[in-house]
Amino acid sequence: MSTTDTNQPVLELRNVSKTYTVKQGMFGKPKPLKAINDVSLSLKRGEVLGLVGESGCGKSTLAKILLGLEDPTKGEVRVDGEVIGATDRRTLARRIQPIFQDPYSSLNPRKSIEDIISLPLRVHNIGDSNSQDKAVREILDIVGLPQRVMRTYPSQMSGGQRQRVAIARALIMKPEIVICDEPTSALDVSVQSQILNLLNDLRAEFNLTYLFISHDLAVVEHLATRVAVMYLGRIVEESSVGGLFDTSGHPYTQALLKSVLTPEAGKGVPDTELGMEYPNPIAPPSGCHFHPRCPMAMTHCATIPPRPVPTAEGHVECHLFDGENGHDAGAPLVREGV
Amino acid sequence: MNSPLLRVKDLTIDIPVGGGTLNAVRGIDFDLNRGETLCIVGESGSGKSLTSLALMGLLGGRIKRTATQMDFDGIDLTKANNKTMRALRGDRMAMIFQEPMTSLNPAFTIGNQLMEALLLHRNVGKDAARARAVELLEKVGITAAESRLSQYPHQLSGGLRQRVMIAMALMCEPELIIADEPTTALDVTIQAQILRLLVDLGREMNMAMILITHDLGVVARVADKVAVMYAGELVETGSAEQVFNAPMHPYTRGLLRCIPQPGKTERGARLGTIPGIVPNLVGGVTGCPFRTRCDQAVAACRDAIPHRKPAENHRFRCVHETGHQTAEAAV
Repeated sequence: MSTTDTNQPVLELRNVSKTYTVKQGMFGKPKPLKAINDVSLSLKRGEVLGLVGESGCGKSTLAKILLGLEDPTKGEVRVDGEVIGATDRRTLARRIQPIFQDPYSSLNPRKSIEDIISLPLRVHNIGDSNSQDKAVREILDIVGLPQRVMRTYPSQMSGGQRQRVAIARALIMKPEIVICDEPTSALDVSVQSQILNLLNDLRAEFNLTYLFISHDLAVVEHLATRVAVMYLGRIVEESSVGGLFDTSGHPYTQALLKSVLTPEAGKGVPDTELGMEYPNPIAPPSGCHFHPRCPMAMTHCATIPPRPVPTAEGHVECHLFDGENGHDAGAPLVREGV
Repeated sequence: MNSPLLRVKDLTIDIPVGGGTLNAVRGIDFDLNRGETLCIVGESGSGKSLTSLALMGLLGGRIKRTATQMDFDGIDLTKANNKTMRALRGDRMAMIFQEPMTSLNPAFTIGNQLMEALLLHRNVGKDAARARAVELLEKVGITAAESRLSQYPHQLSGGLRQRVMIAMALMCEPELIIADEPTTALDVTIQAQILRLLVDLGREMNMAMILITHDLGVVARVADKVAVMYAGELVETGSAEQVFNAPMHPYTRGLLRCIPQPGKTERGARLGTIPGIVPNLVGGVTGCPFRTRCDQAVAACRDAIPHRKPAENHRFRCVHETGHQTAEAAV
């Protein structure tokens, strides 16, 4: 299904970190907040990487870094092997385009649909007004909107149509990579499935690479080829979609999977066994950041940060999987009373 | 005890708009027993939120509500005046809204807002109200409850705020809770916890609950009864097992095909869709409102649509007896 015509990753993050400084209260001391903490990822052409995690885990910061809207504090992002930051924003924008969550706030209400879709062409001075007009008509066809919407305004369209406009705007630059930040979570069920089908078709047709950010694991499982699970700025598990959903490893991934409410009557609401609180990212827990919520926590989880352990199809960061290879700290795998 | 806590017959809601009347809700019936959970599921604009507001008597002045029957534990809500409704709301029936950010008052402390209903409806002192507030915050799983009372809504996370909303609704031990998309704005992990909490508390206090949502997963896991709403009508009602395992109405079947189901839907395969858009509900609506989007539609769908009853407590509205077009009608 996914094409692996080349082994060169189209998108690569190497040890990327992003630290913000936040003040607590008017006279509070500024404290560092590690939104992204040493993240490495690589994506081959035609892959769909699903990025999942709870709010505040750093998903959207990662998207902003990829779009060039934020600079990483440390590390580098490479597109087709080229470090971005060295290339300017315009070149980057031709390669990576976003589709945002809320089609009601991401389209300018005072511009016609034609203006909205053709704006990237005008910004980049691509073609004259005739060829731009033609390009808009073509892309409308591709995303399944009638030509007559060109003269209408966002307020005259439904949520699903607006999201199609947002997709058209992203694709008119013929990007290689599309960052989809919760593209269907504001939509009704029957519209969501249309947009997911469209994204799938477009990927096959144009050999696009997606970073698909979502909190809906059922949707991620459906669309993604690889999945990365994020927790407090770290990617705690990364795997192929089959590897993750069929044999998940990290206890956090398991908890996320458990909390998916499949439409099966009579099964009741699952217990995630996660405890109540998402920790404060300004003061993350010591050792493994996940240990206070982890049902499998061991004594040394509180003190020693886990290292990435390679798995058959990616990696997992958890002491449970680092035992046999001789953990260099030598702590015994003693279960704390759970 | 045998008569239902809530019985609604032929509830209709009309909204005057520029070009005429918007027939937002048209003749819906349901009833609800103590301790039961009814999920009303439907897409935006189907009238599910209006229905809940109509029950609470919270519709705006220009909106017209009629019903042949709307009884809450023997009280006729169609005839209830403002004073009666005010005495019921927050006491015997309470509501949990979707956005805890906008439905909590940012200018008052959590404690203040929690205690308000109890001080208003019950003859209790401040200390007793305070103790009850702490008790309920602990019940909904909030740690350091005592210190939370003096905090303001902005100091709490989304999950915590939604728990405060639930605690607030429970202050007077209501017999009926109406929750409008209570977990839509939350993370999946928090959603599961909040739903468990609601279900457990409902059982413990023998509360009836109406849960309004567009999430079929939530419905399947929480509901005793399900009502599928489309364009202002209940197109199918039944137990969760009936509606999910043997859906009859083409709209219900269509919705279930739209969502990827782990383990059942092939990864990357095309999902089912429901083409078209919801009809305009301004000016008389006749026939089946779903017929323009329905793959089973026939000419007879423009006429009056019969109520069908495939099993005890399972009802749907469709011209086709099985919800499917028969061979002869297809010709």
